[in-house]
Amino acid sequence: MARPIPQKSFNTSRWITWGLFALVLAVAPLVFQSGLGVTVLSQMGIAIIACLSYNMLFGQGGMLSFGHAVYTGLGAYMAIHALNAATVGSLPLPVALVPLAGGLAGLGFAVLFGYVTTRKSGNTFAMITLGLGELVFAMSLMIPEFFGGEGGVSGNRVSSNAFMGITFGPPIQVYYLIAVYTFISVVAMFAFTRTPLGRMLNAVRDNPERVEFVGYNTQRIRYTAFIIAGFFAGISGGLAALNFEIVTAEVVGAGRSGAYLVFTFLGGATFFFGPILGAILMVLAFVLFSEFTKAWLLYLGLIFMFTVMYVPGGIASLIKMNLRVASFGRLRELLTSYLGLATAMVIGLIGASALVEMIYHLQLNSAMGPELSFLGVQLMVNSVGCWAGAAGLLAFGAGLFEVVRRGFARKWGAIQTIIESDMKRREMAE
Amino acid sequence: MNALELKGLRKSFGKTEIIRGVDLAVKAGERIGVIGPNGAGKSTLFNLISGRLEPTSGEVLLNGKRIDGLKPFEINRLGLSRSFQITNIFPKLSVFENLRCGVLWSLGYKYTFLKFLADLDDANDRAEQLMEMIKLDKKRDVLAMNLTYAEQRALEIGITIAGGANVVLLDEPTAGMSRSETTRFISLIKEVTMGKTLLTVEHDMGVVFGLADKIAVVVYGEVLAFDTPEAVRANARVQEAYLGSSVADAQAGGH
Repeated sequence: MARPIPQKSFNTSRWITWGLFALVLAVAPLVFQSGLGVTVLSQMGIAIIACLSYNMLFGQGGMLSFGHAVYTGLGAYMAIHALNAATVGSLPLPVALVPLAGGLAGLGFAVLFGYVTTRKSGNTFAMITLGLGELVFAMSLMIPEFFGGEGGVSGNRVSSNAFMGITFGPPIQVYYLIAVYTFISVVAMFAFTRTPLGRMLNAVRDNPERVEFVGYNTQRIRYTAFIIAGFFAGISGGLAALNFEIVTAEVVGAGRSGAYLVFTFLGGATFFFGPILGAILMVLAFVLFSEFTKAWLLYLGLIFMFTVMYVPGGIASLIKMNLRVASFGRLRELLTSYLGLATAMVIGLIGASALVEMIYHLQLNSAMGPELSFLGVQLMVNSVGCWAGAAGLLAFGAGLFEVVRRGFARKWGAIQTIIESDMKRREMAE
Repeated sequence: MNALELKGLRKSFGKTEIIRGVDLAVKAGERIGVIGPNGAGKSTLFNLISGRLEPTSGEVLLNGKRIDGLKPFEINRLGLSRSFQITNIFPKLSVFENLRCGVLWSLGYKYTFLKFLADLDDANDRAEQLMEMIKLDKKRDVLAMNLTYAEQRALEIGITIAGGANVVLLDEPTAGMSRSETTRFISLIKEVTMGKTLLTVEHDMGVVFGLADKIAVVVYGEVLAFDTPEAVRANARVQEAYLGSSVADAQAGGH
């Protein structure tokens, strides 16, 4: 048998991957030059750090936290206070290092709260984080001196003594600061997965009892990982504080915590890069999709539900599975099925969203008349034809989807069988 | 000095006393077979020794040091390791990763996140070596959950001995295996626990008499006899209480 290839901590393909990642971060704002483009990109960087830090708990450690916004949020508050202290000169802290103040705050609060939450695992952990999240949110309304009450705390990132012309006034300069933090954080969090603690965290997720019988204190593993996750969460919050120059109580709220959970899951918690995809989707949903339709949360809920039921590995798992098929040269056979599935989905989605939009219009905007514009078509909420048409499209799309899906499932199963036997043969040949 | 010693060990769950005063002294390097009918308290005894349960009263000494009341991981660090009746591995990690997880603490890597696993030559070599010992080197990168049952049992043994513990407890290592698998497995166990103190719960009488230097017969929470296999086989009380009637059930059913 051939000796297994030793896993070196750094190899060529990894250098290329990281190089490409750095390149994307550097070039992205040149492609999306508009003000909105840069804003969206900045928020994506912030969300990527937050979701990856969340997944350190959720995907890698099996800790389902409902209160991760506590650490991003308190990091953001500490960062904005640090920024204000630096502005008035009472704290000698360059603006570029303000996110670190957020990181230290996240770390500090994780040390404090994690001591309580990580004593338990599973359901108990989840419920304690939920309670703690509510507690911190309630505190944010009770202590306006720190949390700024309804208006929040605002700051001014533009430093008076510009270093090499960098004032952090223009959004593009803030973007590049975020990009640097994002790159370093992602590399560090990836490196973490390759360390003894990172691996034992997976072991604790899989079988905590067994871990106790190989010499490890499971609580200590969870606690240490929790603190590290808190640090990166705080960095993310600190960057958000710099980016928006205002921090309000909602950043520690349950909604924010829920968003980290939902989008980390959608991206794919079982793969390191999954939460990166999730974070990108999160920003697109919150910034763009929410402008597009009032019903965006309803769509999000539906998508989340279907993902949990049918694609529990998230988008990352879909990509991985198809890459595997492609690496065995069999992706082309699925092309027609994919085209069919896509067509059916588009038809069904148009029908479904037409229905949703008409219902929303009826409930919220009926004073503005029965007419609404949907994808460039005028729909009348008082016309039976419109309702029937939309419902018909939905039914036709769903039916078509089911027919194509059956064929696809058969093909997919056959291809997987071929791949398995191919792999067996290669194994034998070794 | 005794490698493992139990003194007046008792355990009650509510009003029910499951372990009713067990005294046992095991010398270093001895192989002990623990037998007894279902519900006699064999697994509970193992749970008390390994720290999974805390005794109601009595003492457990490992190499002369009291370990009762310590946490499982503390006991493990002192050189006692165990396997489980129900396979207890890391299902979503590969065979290699499973074994490496068993090795890390004993080599002093503890909770570090400032070193790369790939650079830990001693841990990786030891894991590879273990993989060959339990004959799973061809399944190096297979996820543990995709192994066959017998392979999972072997991996369980591998994890148990990975940390280099001197005292090893195996709770029904061959449970659910066919006879031929059992025979092969027992020789594997002999091989990998060479020179260690071994306590094993085993239902297959033929197997246990071939493997053990001494047999402890546990009946109704007490040690009825603790002697060489020959002496135990000849012991009239054991005959009456256990062997005579239940060898056949034990072999047929397992548990």
